[in-house]
This record gives sequence, C-alpha cells and structure tokens, in this order.
Amino acid sequence: MSIVIVGAGPAGTRAAEVLVGAGLRPIVIDEAPDNGGRIYQRQPAGFRRGPRALYGFEAKKAQSVHGLFDRLRSSIDFRPRTLAWNLRPGLIDTICDGKASAVPFAQTILCTGAMDRVIPLPGWTLPGVFTLGGSQIALKAQGCAVGARVAFVGTGPLLYLVAYQYARAGAQIVSVLDTTPFTTKAAQAFGLMRGGATFAKGLYYIAWLRAHGIPVAEGVSALAVKGNGQAEKLSWRDAHGIRHEAAVDAVALGFGLKPEAQLADLAGVPFDFDPVQHNWVPRKDAAGRTSVEGVFLAGDGGGIQGADLAEAAGARAAWAVLASRGLTLDARAIARLDARLAASSAFRAALERAFPFPAKLAASMADDTVLCRCEAITAGELRAAANEALATLPPSEVNRAKALTRVGMGRCQGRVCGAAAAEVLAASLSCPVEHVGRLRGQPPVKPIPILPAEAA
Amino acid sequence: MRLRRLAEMDRPAVSFMLDGVPADALAGDTLLTAILAQDGYLRASEFGDGLRAGFCLMGACQDCWVTIDGGGRVRACTTAIEEGMRVARGRSQP
Repeated sequence: MSIVIVGAGPAGTRAAEVLVGAGLRPIVIDEAPDNGGRIYQRQPAGFRRGPRALYGFEAKKAQSVHGLFDRLRSSIDFRPRTLAWNLRPGLIDTICDGKASAVPFAQTILCTGAMDRVIPLPGWTLPGVFTLGGSQIALKAQGCAVGARVAFVGTGPLLYLVAYQYARAGAQIVSVLDTTPFTTKAAQAFGLMRGGATFAKGLYYIAWLRAHGIPVAEGVSALAVKGNGQAEKLSWRDAHGIRHEAAVDAVALGFGLKPEAQLADLAGVPFDFDPVQHNWVPRKDAAGRTSVEGVFLAGDGGGIQGADLAEAAGARAAWAVLASRGLTLDARAIARLDARLAASSAFRAALERAFPFPAKLAASMADDTVLCRCEAITAGELRAAANEALATLPPSEVNRAKALTRVGMGRCQGRVCGAAAAEVLAASLSCPVEHVGRLRGQPPVKPIPILPAEAA
Repeated sequence: MRLRRLAEMDRPAVSFMLDGVPADALAGDTLLTAILAQDGYLRASEFGDGLRAGFCLMGACQDCWVTIDGGGRVRACTTAIEEGMRVARGRSQP
C-alpha cells in the first residue's frame, strides 16, 4: 500500500527524501505545476532570474530543496497540477486536468502549507488590494509588482521581507505600515535572539528599508483603502493618533499566516486553539503523528513554523511513517531532527508574540465593512445575527453563524474571512474567540468541476 | 491598478482575445498577469459591490475566476496564458 505526500514544498520534499532512502516510492501530489511550495515556488519555464534574485538570503536553501527534489523525481511518483480535494479513510480524492482519481494510501503525510491571515479593511475588495503572500508570488513567479505605488500593510515578518524584495526589484513603495507597536516587538528581543540568523535578517530588512528612505510606521490603526472602482488612497492613524493619507494604486495586506489544514480536518484530526499563534491547529505529536491512523502532518499546514522547520518536520514525519511500517530506523538522524525541532520552539513563540494577530482590529471592524468577500456580507450583518438568533439559541459558534449569514459559505470556504469572522462574532457575544470555534472543512476543499459520470 | 512588469520582459509575445478584443501577453504569464498588466480588473462581484482583481494569487481565495473558450471557468492566478486563448471576464465593466 502506498504512501501519499500531499504538498511538494520544503516539508514534502524532505519527507520524500527519507522515504526514498528507505527504498519506498511515495506518491507526491501538488496542485501547482511544479515543486517548491509557496516559499520556494519555481518560476515558469523561460524565466531566467537566478536563485539569488528570486529567493534572496534563502537562495541556498531553495536551491538545496529544488536540487534534492530534482534528484528524487525518478524515485517518486510525482503528480503536479493535482488537487487533493477530499480525504476519506485510506483514500485521497484528487483531480488533475479535469480527470478524477481516488488515490489509496496506507499512510499520508499532509504538507499542505499556509496562506495569509487577513483582516478585512474598508475598501479591501477593491481591485489593487492583494495579500502579502500573493504580492510576493507576483514578483517571484511572474516578475511583476502588484502596482506602480504599493503600500505594505499588516504585521509579521513577511511584511518587511516582501517590502524589501519589492524595493530591491525596483518597485516604488509608498509606505510600510505595521499594526504592531515597536514596544511589543522589543519586549520579545531576548527570545527572538535565539533565532540567530533569522532574527538578524528580519532586522536587516527593516534597517534596509529605513536606510533607503522608505517610510516604515509601527503601531498604526484605523486603516482604510479608498477609491472609485480601484484602490486609489490609503488612510491610517499613526501611533500618536495622527491621521495620514497617501496615494496608492496597490496594497499588499497580511497579518501573519494560517494553516491550510482542510485535509487534516476531513481526516478527522482534532484541532486545538493555539493561543500563541492565535490559530486553530490540527493536533499532532512532535513527530507529526495524529490520532487518526495513517495520517501524519508536517510543515505550516500542521501549525505555522516556517520553511526551515518544515524541512525538519517533513523528514521527522517520514521517519514516523517508517516506524509505523516496522521498518529500520536511523536513531541518530531522528534524534538530530527532534533536537532541532525542540530547540526552535522558543524562537517561534517569541516571533508570534513579537507580531501578535491584532484581534481587536478584526473585532472592531466597522459595520459596513465587507467581511466575507465571496458573498459580500458585512460585519454588521454578522453582528446582527449574533445579537439575535445566536445569542438566544445556542450553539453560538461560527458554523451556525455561517448557516444564518452565509459568512464563510462562499467559494473560498472561509479561508479568507474565517479568522476575522470569529473575532467579530466572539466580540459580539463577549466571549473568548476560541469559544466560537472554527469553520469546519467541507469537501471539495476547493471548487472542482462537476460532470455527469459518463462525461468524466 | 495595473501589474507592473519589473523583470523577465524578454519572453516571447503571446496574442490572446480579452472580451473579444485582441491583447498581448508574454509566454509564461498567468491569465491574471496577462489581464492585469493591461487592465485593472478580472471580474465583477455577483453581489453588485464592484469589480474584483483577485486577491491571494495562490489558488485559495477563488476571487479571480474568468471564462475561457472551451475551458469554462478557471482561476486566472493558476492558469497559464496560451496563444489564441479567448478570455472573457464574465460581465463587462458596469
């Protein structure tokens, strides 16, 4: 029976390496046309920029992961352009180029990655507003900036990294606006220093931006995008409460990352609210094992940990798979991985605390701000439902709110609005956000064409 | 907003039809890049709250759907442009 790795990013690649080393031939599924995941996404054929231009300081790591994957290609069953849209016991439903196929597995390692965590702002659905991660992809995979005058808005390490990459590539940056005050970050300096080079790079990006005259403001609030049919102006309040407005034609928006954990959810893996990450994460042990037989997790899809640790976690989960099959283990390699994963937890926690999810910004969203962009539902509509039906008739949680308001019912299945919707709902009900739960995953995890059986 | 090309501009040109009008792109462009490099939107929201131009660029938000002849509705951010493709943005600009 086969082993299926879902996701060919850093975690999936290292998992495949360990399995191939043990003489196995895993199936590796990825929705993208090539390997690398989002962080080490490869540019299309015919593009010529070198690794340094694409991945900056991470060029060596990217090359190492790509080189390894290329060497593994003949030893694995790689299925790119393939969406894993459902997970049933022992079976992953996939679709590739319109053809459906159910792939049986004895063990699966879900390396499904992450996406931007978003807080809706007034005007965020206007053309020109993109996620931070999306803005990075435009540059990395297409050689484009998302506009001619771009503002970077949100919080987290990615905010400064993508702004830096844009500036280096010759884009014009209007401003970098971080909702986290400087003091919040400074308070984590000791823990962050344990991150060594990662911390140093973060400081370097910020210093570089300032040194090149790019305005960087911390502790901003009251963010809004305005424009007639497209993003034209960005307004905000600085840390001293003074209002600012700047002409923009694009905004890159993101508040950290959240796991793409829908397949783990469909597998029946229980989730816990991680108060430090401020994310719901599927429950796993240090080796990536879950309580569901044959289902293992690695990388950001099992909780945000970054690309370096994703590599270690992918390898570690593969060893756990080998152990479950009763195969020979390399105790020293496993001990090294365990030590690396354990040593980094303090830094990851400090990083999350240095850039906390601004839950209040989400909870205090204006009533007329569109919360769910799929279905154009406002925060006020969710609050009205919370104050009426949800307050009087339990259960008062996000799935019922979804049934009543359609928030999270749209094509993205709440990927984009889910985190903020939970904050709005919890604030309305005056309860901690973990009490309103999380939007349950539903197959298909992304829209797929429905054809009559004879046509499929 | 238009996407601004900063690199990789010496790729071969590709011709396609955008809402029935001839348009040019570069080989290796996604539909999203091909369209947004020359015009500022991809679709209109079904709920009357304006135009959309995608959001996540990684196949998650589903807010960049366009229609291609013979291919139905596709995500512009994960579909590569091809020579002669006929692309429609659902509803024309209101």
